[in-house]
Amino acid sequence: MSAITRAEVAHLARLSRLALGDDELDRLAAQLDQIISAVARVQEVAAEDIPPTSHALPLTNVYRPDEVRPSLAPEQALAGAPAVEEQRFRVPRILDEEA
Amino acid sequence: MNELVGRTAAELGALIAAGETSAAEVADAHLDRIAAVDGAVGAFLHVDPDNVRAQARAVDERRAAGEELGPLAGVPIAHKDVFTTTDMPTTAGSKILEGWRPPYDATITERLRAAGLVIIGKTNMDEFAMGSSTENSAYQVTRNPWDLARIPGGSSGGSSAAVAAYEAPLATGTDTGGSIRQPAAVTGIVGMKPTYGGSSRYGVIAFASSLDTPGPFARNVLDAALLHETMSGHDPRDSTSIDRPVPPVVEAARRADVAGLTVGVVKEFAGSGGDDGVTARFTEAVALLESLGAKVVEVSCPHFTYALPAYYIIAPSEVSSNLARFDAMRYGLRVGDDGTRSAEEVMALTRAEGFGAEVKRRIMLGTYALSSGYYDAYYGKAQQVRTLVNRDFDAAFERVDVLVSPTTPSTAFPIGERADDPMAMYLADLWTIPSDLAGNAAISVPCGLADDGLPVGLQIMAPVLGDDRAYRVGAAVERALEDRWGGPLLAKAPDLAEAAR
Amino acid sequence: MSAPTVTTYDAALAKYEPVLGLETHIELGTASKMFCGCRTDFGADPNTQVCPVCLGLPGSLPVTNRAAIEGIIKIGLALNCDIVEWCRFARKNYFYPDMPKDYQISQYDEPLCVDGYLEVEVEGETYRVEIERVHMEEDTGKSLHVGGSTGRIHGADYSLVDYNRAGIPLVEIVTRPITGTGDKAPLVARAYVTELRELVRALGVSDVRMEQGSLRCDVNVSLMPRGAAEWGTRTETKNVNSLRSVERAVRSEIERQAGVLDAGGKIVQETRHFHEDTGTTTSGRSKEEAQDYRYFPEPDLVPMAPSREWVDELRAALPELPAARRRRVQAEWGLSDLELRDVVNAGALDLIEETITAGADAGAARKWWMNELSRRATALGVELAELPITPVQVARVQAMVAAGELNDKLARQAFEGVLAGEGEPDEVVAARGLKVVSDDGALGAIVDQVIADNAAVADKVRGGKVAAAGALVGAVMKASRGQADAGRARALILEKLGVS
Repeated sequence: MSAITRAEVAHLARLSRLALGDDELDRLAAQLDQIISAVARVQEVAAEDIPPTSHALPLTNVYRPDEVRPSLAPEQALAGAPAVEEQRFRVPRILDEEA
Repeated sequence: MNELVGRTAAELGALIAAGETSAAEVADAHLDRIAAVDGAVGAFLHVDPDNVRAQARAVDERRAAGEELGPLAGVPIAHKDVFTTTDMPTTAGSKILEGWRPPYDATITERLRAAGLVIIGKTNMDEFAMGSSTENSAYQVTRNPWDLARIPGGSSGGSSAAVAAYEAPLATGTDTGGSIRQPAAVTGIVGMKPTYGGSSRYGVIAFASSLDTPGPFARNVLDAALLHETMSGHDPRDSTSIDRPVPPVVEAARRADVAGLTVGVVKEFAGSGGDDGVTARFTEAVALLESLGAKVVEVSCPHFTYALPAYYIIAPSEVSSNLARFDAMRYGLRVGDDGTRSAEEVMALTRAEGFGAEVKRRIMLGTYALSSGYYDAYYGKAQQVRTLVNRDFDAAFERVDVLVSPTTPSTAFPIGERADDPMAMYLADLWTIPSDLAGNAAISVPCGLADDGLPVGLQIMAPVLGDDRAYRVGAAVERALEDRWGGPLLAKAPDLAEAAR
Repeated sequence: MSAPTVTTYDAALAKYEPVLGLETHIELGTASKMFCGCRTDFGADPNTQVCPVCLGLPGSLPVTNRAAIEGIIKIGLALNCDIVEWCRFARKNYFYPDMPKDYQISQYDEPLCVDGYLEVEVEGETYRVEIERVHMEEDTGKSLHVGGSTGRIHGADYSLVDYNRAGIPLVEIVTRPITGTGDKAPLVARAYVTELRELVRALGVSDVRMEQGSLRCDVNVSLMPRGAAEWGTRTETKNVNSLRSVERAVRSEIERQAGVLDAGGKIVQETRHFHEDTGTTTSGRSKEEAQDYRYFPEPDLVPMAPSREWVDELRAALPELPAARRRRVQAEWGLSDLELRDVVNAGALDLIEETITAGADAGAARKWWMNELSRRATALGVELAELPITPVQVARVQAMVAAGELNDKLARQAFEGVLAGEGEPDEVVAARGLKVVSDDGALGAIVDQVIADNAAVADKVRGGKVAAAGALVGAVMKASRGQADAGRARALILEKLGVS
């Protein structure tokens, strides 16, 4: 039984904003299936009572004071932009209020 | 080969400080070497000789003006293309960032400049640091100076190759799953992954934020320590940076002894499939440590074998989020914006074209591991494994001062051999990954040549903030082996034919 | 698809019980952004308050603004929440052009403040709105949609993005479902947002200006048949950005949902948009594919573990909160419930209190702000607080009234002068020559003239009809252009007519 279906791979590609062709989806489906089956080994050892670790070191409470620092000049901020208009980043039309 | 190019960084710094040579002369010698050999090696993505000479002149002027400069002032350094630089493009080896000029310097870039190091160029890397061979670069192949048909390791393969090919005495790298130690091992040089948070990530294009650790490459342990000290230390712009003094790494590298130390050999690694040649050199290195006065014991770290699968969940999960920003809106590549397509479509087309196969694979894998319904079974479990790996290290370091293993299970493999087999490629990081998950310090130092004549690395793992201990043991091994060999291992590397300029 | 009939509000409420939920976003008024040092000024030129961090440039990293954390803890404490001992930021992953990193740094299952409540009053009845969570996140940039006919997102040719707002600290306050409000649901929703705004303003952590978007509201509404045990499907109406709109959005959504249900239809769980012009909502994105935000702990930021000492310090430093303050001033100023409500609704509480602090008595301070100055604000179409006059100036005018130097009529002229920009009250009084005439010489001459001019009336007074003297006093006031001391004028008139 495969760990992941072709349809799931297509769904992941949409979630990941990757416009993949059928060939690429097929190839990825096979590779992801192999990798996911391999990494599923983590399920063998992790018992319920083991706390998760999200950070390499147990630091807490790192804050900076509320002080204003210089911003970039707008020319710098926009220098790498694919398209600029009226000192703003010009982007293709947006489909809905929120993706 | 110019005599200056063969010098260590410490020697070059001293010669420049004494006025016996200048930063400008040293820079020129290295630019000549790059011009001669980089066509074959392919370590650099970007070298701008005018900019390099201007940097070198500025250092000479600072010194002439009486400025107190550090021990590496005037020394050239190859800078991994993952660090932002205002005066050079920064691409992270990806098409999606082709030609991007960052408007800011990484903290480490700033520190290199402040210390008077001369950034001689930006080095090739696996795209977004994902890979163990540098074959995943969108731009070019980098070759191992020991055998140009073989990989220089990865992801920091441009940096390891540059140092091993005498194109620079020092280089920066980043280690997420072994991306400093593995390339150092397969090119016969020294590579150090500092304690996570010991060196700033600000301005390092993120791969996996909870693992990424910048660190030094050099041809010897002392040079690595000098660079480590220069580039490390607390950075208020990185919330995960440790607000503590840098461990005394230079002093430890000079001390170079193992008297009274207990060295642990990880039992679980022994049976996990290293090549014979690698295993033989490792066994000799352990015997050497014992002969130098260390006590050697076997320790069990039962969860280390789960580190690799946990890593290949955690790192891709973070990747899927970290690389979302490459969306064609604010910088970098934009594909398919013909005035009719939506932003969403343009994003998807750009990302499909701008990212390479490995990056896409990991984005997809991470998206899967974090998606609802799978989070607990994958990301959640991997985080628990991370706890178990930490506990294994804690228990081990109660008994021993350092742990040792081969850095990587095999010597440099031929270019193309594993390119279509992701799982085989992932195995290169089998023994380096545990220290990335736990955030502790680990160094790779050369420990000889395998039967195939290629370098083998010894990995020395020390506790969190025990970076100095890794250097101390590494330097002791280096000193003893160099005595035995009558010089550095790299002296055994074949001469790179210097092409006519 | 047949258009569902719209059911009237009363008919809807007779049949269904509404359940509300409110999600409110408040931009904190910190000097710098949530995770970087850029300014937060409203209305700055586009992309002038951005840096590598808030633009999400490769390699940049966030560092948490301590003042923002203090701000949210203050809000949490004022809402009677528990402040958790340990929590983390999380990444909310979704692609959107105005979100620089294509994830939002937010909090997921570990909010900083939990389990609070806010009491609101509607028509004399108190409702306790329970707060589920208060969490910290960052704002997005702003898009300008170009082309198409409406300037709206639909039909636009392309968009222009300004990231000045990206990374401004945002506090999200989420209520538990609010039940049992019946036909008062729209008013309760409005009262809740009003009270929240007052509360946050009193804390001084945000300017909470809905028209500038520093307070934004999403309104969840569902209906269940009266007596039912199970809640209906809810809709989420986004970006309801005035108090009046909150009320209207709830009301219109109740009517719409009732219409759908009455027609035998089903409510679709969806996002809806509120339109100010029509007062109705329309369907937003279709949820054919459910969102999957793939939350996970933010690895670039370390966990927060606010010490109990810090929390206690912040608690001790909380200012007097609006509800307590209203109770206090009501007692101190001797107001009825209705008078208090008028003062609050007029936004005059601060102004009156500051006027009292500047020396005026409570009655006079309230009288000036609630009558004369409210009238002028209404005429000018501005909020009371926006009038160009300060409580200190009002108190000064009132001091002159109390000293007998001005009467009410002259005081109104003094206010007029101050509002017209003629200077401080004393300057206006001097320049306009406003002065009560009580000097017997000057006043006597006017009185003599008035008596002479109004002989018939004067005779009536002489004949004992003392009440008729009022007409003569009025004539004196008119002749003196309001400056006469009315009391003194009356005394003089009676004296001269021999009836004192």
